[in-house]
Amino acid sequence: MSGELAIALALILPLVICAGIWLAGSVPDLREGVTLIGAAALFVVAIVIASQVGSGGSPELSLGEAVPGLEFAFKAEPLGALFALVASGLWIVNSFYSIGYMRGNRERNQTRFYMCFAIALFGAMGVALSANLFTLFVFYEILTLSTYPLVAHKGDANAQRGARIYLMTLLGTSIGFLLVAVIWTGALAGSLDFVPGGLLQQAEGLTPVVASALLLLFAFGVGKAALMPFHFWLPNAMVAPTPVSALLHAVAVVKAGVFTILKVAIYIFGEEILNATASREFILGVACFTIIVASLIAMTKDNLKARLAYSTVAQLAYVTCGAMLADPAGFMGGSLQIAAHAVGKITLFMCAGAIYVATGKQNISEMRGLGKRMPLVFIAFFIASLSIIGIPPLAGDWPKYELMQGAADADLDYVPYVLIVSSLLNIAYLLPIPILALMPPPGSGEPAPFKRAGGAPMLTVAAPCFTALLCFLMFFSIGPMSDFLAPATGERDPAVYMTTGGQP
Amino acid sequence: MIEFISSLVPTNLAAHAPALLVVAPMFLAPIAAFMPNGRLAWILSILATGFSLVMAIVLLSQVRSIDEGAIISYAMGGWTPDAGIEFRIDSLNAMVLLLVSAIGFLAAIFSWPSVAAEIRDAKRAMFYAAYLVCFTGLTGVASTGDAFNLFVFLEISSIATYVLVALGARRDRRALPAAGNYLLMGTIGASFFVVGVGFLYAATGTLNMAELAVRLQAVPDSKAVFAGYAFIVVGLGIKAAMFPLHQWLPNAYAYSPSFVTMFLAATATKVAIYALVRFLFTVFGLEFSFEGSTLIWILMPMGIAAMIACSFQAVFQTDVRRTLAYSSVAQVGYMLLGISIGTAAGVSAGMFHLVNHALIKGALFMALAGVVLSYQGTSLNDLKGLGRSSPWTMTAFAIGAVSLIGVPLTAGFQSKYALVNALFEHGWWWAVAVVMFSSLLAVVYMGRILEAVFFRTPSNPNKRRQEAPLIILIPLWILALGNIWVGVQGGFVAGLADDAAAALFIGGAS
Repeated sequence: MSGELAIALALILPLVICAGIWLAGSVPDLREGVTLIGAAALFVVAIVIASQVGSGGSPELSLGEAVPGLEFAFKAEPLGALFALVASGLWIVNSFYSIGYMRGNRERNQTRFYMCFAIALFGAMGVALSANLFTLFVFYEILTLSTYPLVAHKGDANAQRGARIYLMTLLGTSIGFLLVAVIWTGALAGSLDFVPGGLLQQAEGLTPVVASALLLLFAFGVGKAALMPFHFWLPNAMVAPTPVSALLHAVAVVKAGVFTILKVAIYIFGEEILNATASREFILGVACFTIIVASLIAMTKDNLKARLAYSTVAQLAYVTCGAMLADPAGFMGGSLQIAAHAVGKITLFMCAGAIYVATGKQNISEMRGLGKRMPLVFIAFFIASLSIIGIPPLAGDWPKYELMQGAADADLDYVPYVLIVSSLLNIAYLLPIPILALMPPPGSGEPAPFKRAGGAPMLTVAAPCFTALLCFLMFFSIGPMSDFLAPATGERDPAVYMTTGGQP
Repeated sequence: MIEFISSLVPTNLAAHAPALLVVAPMFLAPIAAFMPNGRLAWILSILATGFSLVMAIVLLSQVRSIDEGAIISYAMGGWTPDAGIEFRIDSLNAMVLLLVSAIGFLAAIFSWPSVAAEIRDAKRAMFYAAYLVCFTGLTGVASTGDAFNLFVFLEISSIATYVLVALGARRDRRALPAAGNYLLMGTIGASFFVVGVGFLYAATGTLNMAELAVRLQAVPDSKAVFAGYAFIVVGLGIKAAMFPLHQWLPNAYAYSPSFVTMFLAATATKVAIYALVRFLFTVFGLEFSFEGSTLIWILMPMGIAAMIACSFQAVFQTDVRRTLAYSSVAQVGYMLLGISIGTAAGVSAGMFHLVNHALIKGALFMALAGVVLSYQGTSLNDLKGLGRSSPWTMTAFAIGAVSLIGVPLTAGFQSKYALVNALFEHGWWWAVAVVMFSSLLAVVYMGRILEAVFFRTPSNPNKRRQEAPLIILIPLWILALGNIWVGVQGGFVAGLADDAAAALFIGGAS
């Protein structure tokens, strides 16, 4: 398959799937079949793109100009290929899960639900493969708009309120800040392309003050990265059905946000200019603040999805943190976190959904002893929690390790402490959930019986178990992954770079 | 396609295109008035505007026949200037003419169901006659090269507009005071304009705009010229609904017949802005307008004030038509801001937004006309739940709405992008903040409407509700898809705007 064709397919397939879902809307089995086959095909295409990128190629596709200077152009590079791989791969798992969840819960408007999902994947693919800021911005907005109906899916007052906050925050920050930053970049550099080493290298008249302002606009304009104080849309978006929270608010949407931050850091600013930009350290501080404070807030939440949402806010800030460290190890840590957090957090969300379908329970305090009835779900939850905390041999260990390396390289002593404190906080707010469920203290009452006869549907249990396994496997595939990403993040001095060639 | 259509027109007809464009609807107007019933007058007005559209396309292809943009000079009746009236078409005129006639044509097609529902049977023929007169006036303003003749056409269109607005009285009696208010303000504006032209005539002894431009160079510091300049800017400012001279507009838009609102919103203020630009750049010249005077300290702050104040007012309206009307004033602010930058990129962005805004507001008001037809109300409450009962109308409305907000892949995004780019190049980064803030307000006021339309249940479920008829839907979707087309392939319109701006800057230098 030629590179051009692969990228075109990656963009067209989700739309074809969307149309197929619409046509098959009246036959649920056929409709879900379209989703699954389409998702699998998309994953194959993503693998093809990734393998081409891995062998040194860079597939490109240009769809012409909207107006002179603004081109719809796509170009795969390691970071984007990884994001596309993660999003499309987890879409398959999530689709299986959705089928179990949506049917088990007897949700309405399922056809609209699956259609919007497909469009959201279209947006994610576009973001991942875009070759310039304009294309990225367009798909970023498509992603926002297509997920709005998903957040508002329930249609009650609460869902509408959450969805309105979701839309206003994401549209507001993107139009108010990100668009300004994009146009300003274009005015400064005369182009919007992602250039290895940094587009702004070629900008004339880039003073540190302007660069600082630009970086601030980017960092806060990408509302999807959920940097404080623009994080509140994410907990509010938890009114959505759990599959949406799982794939979109742990993988596609939020990762599109931090992915944009990484892209901007690596391909727009570049290591050199980023290091010379004063506001970098401020944003790094904000990211660290977000990590700690969001974790602290997460501890206070009894609603499981709300706790996971704040945990996501904290974990996303890792990526921003990595981008702002502005050295190869930092970039590497941020990139790995995109993949590692995705598999971990999607597991946690899917477990939360499985519990909800089976028992109708959403509060952690009501889940005591529930592990007896649903052991697999809570074991998967346990494994994913360990991964998020960063304990080997699970995927979440690597990003933390790389981020600490990056902080050490950049001589920022406080960042490792932030990461360590964050891990401790993760332990405090995540681990009690599976432990209390699996091993309730003596004297606690019997868990409530299942609300749904037969407990959680099989698919909603199998999916998180599978992703929990992925957390485990990803730990051992770190060598190929870091080799794959290295062309984008830049090489560290091999003498001190411990992950070269695989394990430390 | 432009070349193809213009190649179908016989050459001897094409040679007289500037005159025919304006004269054809003018002569058909009285004939329409004597038609025995409204339906015949309707068909006549479609023919007239359609003919004008073809002529506008011919003119555009003539103007674009050479690279730097030809200037077509047409001496009316064979009387050459200074004695006679000259019609002078360059890239800017051609663009505005194409816009006005295309919108006029689509408006004429869509008008029948709406007019049949809102205008009494006996008045329909006269209504179409007034529409054609208004159309004549607008195209006349956009083609004439004579300052006084411009005033005449301006008044022709305005007087017809007062009649059209007042005819909304059958649906809502408040149309009468709205028309009266508009009459008063419009007449003041026209008087200011003609006084200004008088000053210029006193100072130079000519009314031909090209000649004025040359002779004004010789009298740069004349007090009379300054006075004339001030009168003209204020007079045209009233017509263009420049903040704070826009008070006539919201009521006029809210209470006139739906079809009139749609046509006026898409064309009338645009033509006034064209006239303003023409005087600022061609007649007075860049140097006089931007360096010799304090214009920049009038246009730019007024544009910005409109963008903020009127967007806020739009947020607090309960009638959707008034929301859109205030939004129109705010959008005029965008255009003025672009023009006041005084660079080719800025003027091009302003002109680009002018065209796009016509597409946007045309689509929005056309969709509302469909709503009025089936539902008899345009308050936010009335629109609740309409997304389910009339999905086609409301989807087109939604496209217009996101385009107004400036979501990517729509026309509104492209022109805002061009505007912000021009602002950055000029170093007015603080104005960028204002543009973005105003866009956010647009998210709020259009978001409210969209939410009511698509996510609320009808407040009165028993009331009859249905899709707009096909004759409304087709022109509506042409406009809606036009928004998408410009958003995805905006090269054609952006090119028109660039050429128009270039024509101004070449004209200013000569």
